Amino acid sequence: MSDTTTKIIKAGLKKRYAKEKRFRFFGLMSIVISFVFLLVLLISIFSKGWSAFQQTYVKLDVELNEEVLGINKFSNKDALFSARYKKIIKNSLKKKFPGVKGRKQKRALKNLVSKSAQYELRDKVLKDPELLGTTQSFWFLAKDDVDVFMKGNIDRTLPESNRRIKDYQLAWIDQLIAEDRLEKRFNTQLFSASDSREPEQAGLKGALMGSLFTMLVTLSLSFPIAVAAAAYLEEFAPQNNRWVDLIEVNINNLAAVPSIVFGLLGLAIYIGLFGVPRSTPLIGGLVLTLMTLPTIIIASRAAIKSVPPSIKQAAVGLGASRVQVLFHHTLPLAMPGILTGTIVGMAQALGETAPLLMIGMVAFVAEVPGSIMDPATVMPVQIYLWSDSPERAFSERTSAAIMVLLAFLVMMNLIAIVLRKKFEQRW
Amino acid sequence: MTDLIGTLPGMVKSSLESEENKLPVVETRDEFDVEISGTIGKPLVQNAKMSSRNCDVFYGDKQAIFNINLDIGKNEIIAMIGPSGCGKSTYLRVLNRMNDTIPICRVTGEHTLDGEDIYAAEQDPVLLRARVGMVFQKPNPFPKSIYDNVAYGAKLHGLATNRSELDDLVEASLIKAGLFKEVKDDLLMPGTGLSGGQQQRLCIARAIAVDPEVILMDEPTSALDPIATATIEELMDELKENYTIAIVTHSMQQAARVSQRTAYFHLGKLVEVNDTNTVFTNPEHKLTENYITGRFG
Ligand SMILES: Nc1ncnc2c1ncn2[C@@H]1O[C@H](COP(=O)(O)OP(=O)(O)O)[C@@H](O)[C@H]1O
Ligand SMILES: [Mg+2]
Repeated sequence: MSDTTTKIIKAGLKKRYAKEKRFRFFGLMSIVISFVFLLVLLISIFSKGWSAFQQTYVKLDVELNEEVLGINKFSNKDALFSARYKKIIKNSLKKKFPGVKGRKQKRALKNLVSKSAQYELRDKVLKDPELLGTTQSFWFLAKDDVDVFMKGNIDRTLPESNRRIKDYQLAWIDQLIAEDRLEKRFNTQLFSASDSREPEQAGLKGALMGSLFTMLVTLSLSFPIAVAAAAYLEEFAPQNNRWVDLIEVNINNLAAVPSIVFGLLGLAIYIGLFGVPRSTPLIGGLVLTLMTLPTIIIASRAAIKSVPPSIKQAAVGLGASRVQVLFHHTLPLAMPGILTGTIVGMAQALGETAPLLMIGMVAFVAEVPGSIMDPATVMPVQIYLWSDSPERAFSERTSAAIMVLLAFLVMMNLIAIVLRKKFEQRW
Repeated sequence: MTDLIGTLPGMVKSSLESEENKLPVVETRDEFDVEISGTIGKPLVQNAKMSSRNCDVFYGDKQAIFNINLDIGKNEIIAMIGPSGCGKSTYLRVLNRMNDTIPICRVTGEHTLDGEDIYAAEQDPVLLRARVGMVFQKPNPFPKSIYDNVAYGAKLHGLATNRSELDDLVEASLIKAGLFKEVKDDLLMPGTGLSGGQQQRLCIARAIAVDPEVILMDEPTSALDPIATATIEELMDELKENYTIAIVTHSMQQAARVSQRTAYFHLGKLVEVNDTNTVFTNPEHKLTENYITGRFG
């Protein structure tokens, strides 16, 4: 090689290496940037949301005065049920803090405890009527304002007029704290209660059950339909047929259709034409099935396509029919890919909000749904609803709900990975 | 027409004339300056197990096989040789209708097994493939246990009524394929964990388990090392007692070692068929000679 050629190549080399370096740097930077964004997002959600997993409880001494309640332990269930427990709670607060004057302050006093206190008390008495006539100490849910204060989200150094909690309320709270009557505990309410207008009573159970039923409908419809469609398109459909090509193109396009369109379609067809009840997991599942079908079909087709043809040939050579080849060999070997696609599709469906807004799943539902025909809401819609509520206590619950949803999504992805590993390692 | 019949031995000639079977002359080709005109040698035999007449195969518009007339004798091993892409695999797949699974593939001509038309409307390809088994180029055991691999075909066709019958069948097939001794303690191990040669014998056992009459082998040893190849060649010698075998091979030595007759294919045409000895010692056609002397391939 002559000297000049070497020189030319050397000069070029420098450029090439510089190019490679730059490219690597850009790649690294993009990864760092995405990680930073992800981290910021997660930190902001977790820092806001973790406090929602604790809830403030207040201890009250309640005198279950039979006269005030108008019942005794021999009263029937109905009487026990509808007795004046509210008055008892009020009296117990009054006794604790005597000398409260004025309507405003009286109302504020009542609002130390959640409205659910009277119902809790009622349930306790119904369970054990022997309590009547005695004085007991019970822990009740504190009102959301107290809870927010206890979590340090109200600055007591602010001027009183700018504070949600006034000086006299602060005095009560300080006294309760001094007497160990205010306590933060794990928030079981978040998982055992349904939605409520009162932030301290609101829980996710309704939305979780709604999501569960909706996902069940979606899975049991989309999985068999999608796998059958994929198997047909891959193994049975005539090749180079114009109709088949058209169907293929449309399936791929469907995957890119904005999800709200599926909501409109569901509204027009399922509700408008077939009269499926709105706001139910059934209609939600039907709409989400439309949305997940393309995802699962595309993944399943790829999985079926990647099954080695030699295996299929071997089976055909032994005299297996096409359906036997499909069920004995192709589908079992494609299953890891199909399942991964299904779980990805289900995870998408679990996080989907827009189409559900169109079919009435955005309603406020205080009951935990018991079947796919009950009115329900789902996790992402619950998040949307809570994020829209003005109370400070709802904002931490919004973040907590996001955390729960994320936990489910991570879990589903883990399951997908485990399934894939398990099926792959079989041989 | 006339010159072709002239090349056939008298016995075949008479049977051809009586059937008025026309073996048309293949068109002339300029390549290699040699003319392919019909098939030279003994393409037809008296005790044919399978036979093809006027076989053309098309992939879409492209013709891959041109007018092949060939018999495969009972309990013989016929070797099919020829350069890559000359249609050996395609022809082999004609014989068990595997070409049916290729949508663009079209097969014409008459093809019989024991005198029955295998392309007749009432012929079930599933039954045909049970009678005409196939072993492929690349060992392709199912990703299942050795036992399940061998038992699969038998289960498919309901050949065993209970577990112990199936056990016996699996054992017998593995013995015939010369694999039993090596795997008898590992029947539940995955078939894909065996060595290449063992896998191929497993595939032979799997084909035998269905009790076929004919076994088609498409370059069964081309993916194997010489020792595994030798084992399989020995095995084929034993198998011909009970089965009729058609084997495609790239190895001239293999064809010479295992087969009784050899068929030489060239560009979709059957150039010459003769006793293996004759083909390798005294090829009649220039193309055959060129191929076996290694001038192209
Ligand atoms: N599935 C197929 N589709 C289209 N053409 C094919 C197919 N299989 C084989 N061919 C064509 O048919 C001819 C013969 O191929 P093949 O039978 O595989 O040859 P060989 O086995 O002798 O190497 C080749 O030209 C090949 O390109
Ligand atoms: Mg081939």
